[in-house]
Amino acid sequence: MTDKTQVAEPRRDEATLLPPVDVIEDANGITLYADLPGVSKDKLRLQVEGETLSIEGELALDMPEGMEAIHAEVELPRYRRAFTLSKELDTEKVSAEFNHGVLRLRIPKVEHAQPRRIQVQVL
Amino acid sequence: MLYRSLFPRDLFAELDRLQRELTRGLDWSPSIRGLARGFPAMNVGNTPRSVEVYAFVPGVDPASLEVQIEKGVLTIAGERKAEAVPENAAVHIDERFAGRFRRVLTLPDDIDPNAVTARCRDGVLHVSVARKEAAQARRITVQ
Repeated sequence: MTDKTQVAEPRRDEATLLPPVDVIEDANGITLYADLPGVSKDKLRLQVEGETLSIEGELALDMPEGMEAIHAEVELPRYRRAFTLSKELDTEKVSAEFNHGVLRLRIPKVEHAQPRRIQVQVL
Repeated sequence: MLYRSLFPRDLFAELDRLQRELTRGLDWSPSIRGLARGFPAMNVGNTPRSVEVYAFVPGVDPASLEVQIEKGVLTIAGERKAEAVPENAAVHIDERFAGRFRRVLTLPDDIDPNAVTARCRDGVLHVSVARKEAAQARRITVQ
């Protein structure tokens, strides 16, 4: 997992955008997709601290000088979202891809938490 | 100031917007295209030389985007496919948009439909439409 520290630490009370996500769980782990349009790779910050996974990104748009906004649906310069992980997830082996403003995170389950078929005994 | 703004604001434009929103809310005569807020989210800005449109299209292949200007109307259309869900998987959160989209925006009268550039970076489509030369303010020298 990469920890990019060049992104300034935001203040706790700062208003941020909540990126929409999809979370899909299969037998071997969890895949998370998050929409973070406008964030470049070096302005994305992923962090696992204890059991908290946090995703943060800073938006930048190419704006010509002297531009005045006439309509804005995306008004804040930062995305932030956090999730609580559970103990069967292996935070050491998280992998991340970031393409066209979509983050894909894969968090595998720890070995012993991987599926084993449990034999049901009929008494 | 509670937060920094991403998009430049101007107090008069804000008041104007507020007034428009109030009028829409009270007078039942909303825009004919509705109070569209959907996918993709859009920001629009004005400069003396151009109109700048930003459409937030994360995960959409730039080559598959359709951007069209016809009769002074800008249309942005495309499709975003849903992520593949493996067999026996559980979908815990499903918030991201999937499917076909189309958003339409009326441009000002003074734009030049032949002077348009469209670029896509980090999931944001930026369309810049120049205004016609004649409409740009020119400084007149007093002799």
